[in-house]
Amino acid sequence: MKQQRKAVALISGGLDSMLAVRVIQKQGIHVEGINFFTGFCVEGHTHAIRKKHQHKQKRNNALWVAEQLGIKLHIVDVVEEYKDILLNPVHGYGKNVNPCLDCKTFMVKKAVEWIRDHDFDFIITGEVVGQRPMSQRKETMPVVAKESGSNDLLVRPLSAGQLPETLPEREGWLDRKGLFDFSGRSRKPQMALAAQYGFEDYAQPAGGCCMLTDENYAVKLKDMWSNRPSRAYELDDIIMLKMGRHFRLAPNLKIIIGREEGENNFMQGYKNQFVSIYPVSHNGALALVDGEFKSDEELQTALALIARYSQGKNDPQVTLCIRQPNADEKEYTIQPMAVDNIKKQWIL
Amino acid sequence: MENMIQLDARRLLCPLPVIRTQDAIATMVPGETIIVTSTDPGAKADIPAWCRINGHKVIDIKEEDNEIIISIKVAAG
Repeated sequence: MKQQRKAVALISGGLDSMLAVRVIQKQGIHVEGINFFTGFCVEGHTHAIRKKHQHKQKRNNALWVAEQLGIKLHIVDVVEEYKDILLNPVHGYGKNVNPCLDCKTFMVKKAVEWIRDHDFDFIITGEVVGQRPMSQRKETMPVVAKESGSNDLLVRPLSAGQLPETLPEREGWLDRKGLFDFSGRSRKPQMALAAQYGFEDYAQPAGGCCMLTDENYAVKLKDMWSNRPSRAYELDDIIMLKMGRHFRLAPNLKIIIGREEGENNFMQGYKNQFVSIYPVSHNGALALVDGEFKSDEELQTALALIARYSQGKNDPQVTLCIRQPNADEKEYTIQPMAVDNIKKQWIL
Repeated sequence: MENMIQLDARRLLCPLPVIRTQDAIATMVPGETIIVTSTDPGAKADIPAWCRINGHKVIDIKEEDNEIIISIKVAAG
């Protein structure tokens, strides 16, 4: 009896990995999905928190894709291991702070470990030659295979015709003729294949699923790194960068002001880690203090700024409460900052 | 008496409530129940989706004071 071959697919939640799985399923291979949580995944956090996004469907795209394909999905928390990839990328960063080539290599390497532990035969990804400027170029795709240790166990079904034959093809587990030779940045071949497979609903193409490719997020992350003694970070740090308005008042001081009720509620959960400031004479946003006040002037500036984002912004005075993480509280009354006095260089 | 595990996934954001649920269930045996408490609205869709694709049965979902409480009966892996 012919042995049932098994593949694990890197599932991002985008169309390409969805198509890659279907291509391989059609060749009779048992496929399961694997998805890595680095802490920088776009979906989830902000949409889940912000009230203004509550009309948006809150689905995890990787889970949704797995369900459409009828495969199991294993979500792996790699937050700790990923720190070294982000902080020390061998191949450097892309346009923002995206270490795409190191990231892809890391994920495939984790998949290699996974197939060994789970007795699977090979790995598939939805990569397409020439699709992305860093990790999906004809010159770099073999680098991923080599440096991850996956070598010829790594199959890219959408671009297989552009790449050397892999072990599953040589062994006859896969028919190379049933794989594709897509290349380039055009999405048309993928869209045509999606239509052929009857996929009408799918998430936006890959690449938009990582905060590290986002210019605004990169500004905040670089600011955090440049104003701390080291670039080391915790998961809370990188989640907070997605939350609220960020004002860098001094190297030692950043103020994060909630943009709306959903964020304020979420930020309440950090009151025992950060000094928090909130208006008591009016309704208004919760603010967290990342750093410390080194002078009374810094304190007064921060209070006036936070008062500006309360409903008392046009009143002569607003009373604010400063709460220490140990719950000690003290009230201050201050004139809200005039909008023209908010310095552009503060805004991240 | 049937084993029941309580999982506190409050203040965790998508997909961590799913990951914590997945990892807890990996240590359980079929027939046991896990009750997951989350504050992430996304958990209401994501945890049942994860259960559906992995064959576990969601037996109850309720919301109390901005917390989502999901009860799951563990199936064979």
